[in-house]
Amino acid sequence: MLLTTLQACAAFQTESVKPWQKGVLTEEAMQLDADPIESYVDDHIYFSKEASTGGRGIGGGGCGCN
Amino acid sequence: MLKKTATTIVISILLSLFFYSSTVSSANKALRFQMPGTEGTVDLANFHGKVVYLDFWASWCIPCRKSFPWMNTLQARYKDKGLEVIAIALDESPRDAIAFLETYSANFTIGFDREGKSAEAYGVKVMPTSYLIDKKGFIIKTYQGSPKKYQREIEATIEKLVAE
Repeated sequence: MLLTTLQACAAFQTESVKPWQKGVLTEEAMQLDADPIESYVDDHIYFSKEASTGGRGIGGGGCGCN
Repeated sequence: MLKKTATTIVISILLSLFFYSSTVSSANKALRFQMPGTEGTVDLANFHGKVVYLDFWASWCIPCRKSFPWMNTLQARYKDKGLEVIAIALDESPRDAIAFLETYSANFTIGFDREGKSAEAYGVKVMPTSYLIDKKGFIIKTYQGSPKKYQREIEATIEKLVAE
């Protein structure tokens, strides 16, 4: 009975990706940002034109003081 | 009959919770592990009576890579005083770890755990994670993430532990 309950409890546990299983995510092909320098330049131009900053994973409240 | 079944279920759930929590809070004794290493089998039991700095790493993990020179320093500085640095490679393909070791030399004990069973047992949540184990085999402290910010503290703790 106890064993059955334990098995039932185990079934409710969700299996998550372990920290040591994330090797593939570190590969260059898996990067969302293909060219960080180009993105930086693009963002710089964009934020200058918008006179605001933030909303791109960069901290900022949109005061334009970049 | 139904009531009896319900009571049994409730009791077993409570019991299973008890068992679950008791496995989580084991009296922080470092769990024994055996695995292949660069120089034969790595068995934690062989390091009993030594202070062990146990590190979990992978070749693709940049903060892990950055801690290698410092771990070499630790081993060189405290080995004669009774410290052993054991770094367990969690690469799913040990070949990657071996290639890494050709570039970044490691003058300490290296183990290979491709399935990550030891990391699972130790409850590793972040890469890298390291454990400082005293001469009696108890985990004194856990360090999550890059040890860079803890280096001084780790060294001070090691000094204390080797002197015990």
